[in-house]
Amino acid sequence: MFQFLVDWWNALPFGVQWTIATTSQILAFMIVLLLSLAFLLLMDRKVWAAVQLRKGPNTVGAFGLLQSFADFLKFVLKEIVVPAGADRPLFLLAPLLTFVFAFITWAVIPVAPGWVISDINVGILYVFAISSLGVYGIIIGGWASNSKYPFLGSLRSAAQMVSYEVSIGFVLVTVLLMVGSMNLTAVVEAQAGGFWNWHVLSAGMLPWPAFLITIPMFVIFFISALAETNRPPFDLPEAESELVAGYQVEYSSTPYLLFMIGEYLNIVLMCALMTVLFFGGWHAPFDIAPFTWIPPVFWFAIKVVFFFFMFAMVKALVPRYRYDQLMRLGWKIFLPTSLAAVAVMGGFVVYSNAG
Amino acid sequence: MSRIAQTLRGAALLDFWGAFGLGMKYFFRKKPTINYPFEKGRLSPRFRGQHALRRYANGEERCIACKLCEAVCPAQAITIEAEPREDGSRRTTRYDIDMVKCIYCGYCAEACPVDAIVEGPNFEFATETREELYYDKAKLLDNGDRWEREIARNLELDARYR
Repeated sequence: MFQFLVDWWNALPFGVQWTIATTSQILAFMIVLLLSLAFLLLMDRKVWAAVQLRKGPNTVGAFGLLQSFADFLKFVLKEIVVPAGADRPLFLLAPLLTFVFAFITWAVIPVAPGWVISDINVGILYVFAISSLGVYGIIIGGWASNSKYPFLGSLRSAAQMVSYEVSIGFVLVTVLLMVGSMNLTAVVEAQAGGFWNWHVLSAGMLPWPAFLITIPMFVIFFISALAETNRPPFDLPEAESELVAGYQVEYSSTPYLLFMIGEYLNIVLMCALMTVLFFGGWHAPFDIAPFTWIPPVFWFAIKVVFFFFMFAMVKALVPRYRYDQLMRLGWKIFLPTSLAAVAVMGGFVVYSNAG
Repeated sequence: MSRIAQTLRGAALLDFWGAFGLGMKYFFRKKPTINYPFEKGRLSPRFRGQHALRRYANGEERCIACKLCEAVCPAQAITIEAEPREDGSRRTTRYDIDMVKCIYCGYCAEACPVDAIVEGPNFEFATETREELYYDKAKLLDNGDRWEREIARNLELDARYR
């Protein structure tokens, strides 16, 4: 039985083998991502509820564990309403774009040694490019709705994502300077050995207290990631007190679900990026016995969940920024700080011949 | 100087960490949520819920059709018609409460000289049609029979404050 399958597999031409293998990898990764996203969504709501002294969803399944699946069914079974004045093809394309862009960035995220769909040399650049494209889903959605609140929301979102991408870019450059490679697997490998080697502390990498730069860089990355994913306190594109729900106003049913999945997937992606860039990816905090028993993928997942928890706590705690304050923070504080950090880091990397 | 201090505070995220500590304190605190259909909150004996017409222990209905409740009802939700029964006692032939109009002020129960109309502890009488909320005498008497134990207990608990 199995020999027959192996023979059949070996008889296939290499191109077909590669296609089948990669497609199944992608499918498996997507399914795992979507399933974990379902529970992360629930966690988001639970954390938010707990801070507000509520219990959160607790009816569907044990402790409400199946809530996300119930929501999924509800979204899928509802009617897709396309407004009369909307640009129909674009209106339906926009959520798809958000959804797809949210997924394809994950192709270069290494979750464990060798567990990466596409181990390309320009991983960081790729992540940066795709996250810039991500704004198109929102802009097209707001434009195609042909309605004022979605349009205002999408404009805000575009301006906000462009502003904060700049500082994210410079933070990425500091990490890139330390590692000397744009391959995300190499970035993680450079942080092996223990938590003091993680880039956020980077004690072993450079012969001087690099954490003076990397810790602020991490904070800037975290806050920019909040703005980049339109999370509170920077959720102005969907500020419900002014714009109802921003670019999502006219969306219902499955398109809305796609928007929401894309949004949350981007959040998890940012958590994964923080893990990969600053917190050692799949590496355990100590390179000794009890910690190395846990498989690397679990360390990766634990760190991502921790950052997601922080995202949820920020959502629960921090009041929304005013739009001019948001722009001031992005352009007048983060941009100069990260620029200076890039210069200082570059100087020290050259000086110490590290990286 | 204060501006530098403010900048340092902002850079160290002091406000955020303070809020985070507070948030975590509430995170682990016991939640006051009541899982409603499975758990219910305590009700005061004075709770004014669904109306009921009570009977005496021998099964005779208490209401003597004095129409005080009808007169006092601020929402004019009560309609009463009365005529003498064969045995000569004065009883209602019609006692309707429009539960849609009713504002649950409890004046009817206060006005009643014989404790016939009362507001019981039941608050779960939502219906699917409006018509079901137009209660007639049979329905109210049925409520009284159904909730008599709780109503009597509540009246007794509250009696010392009256």
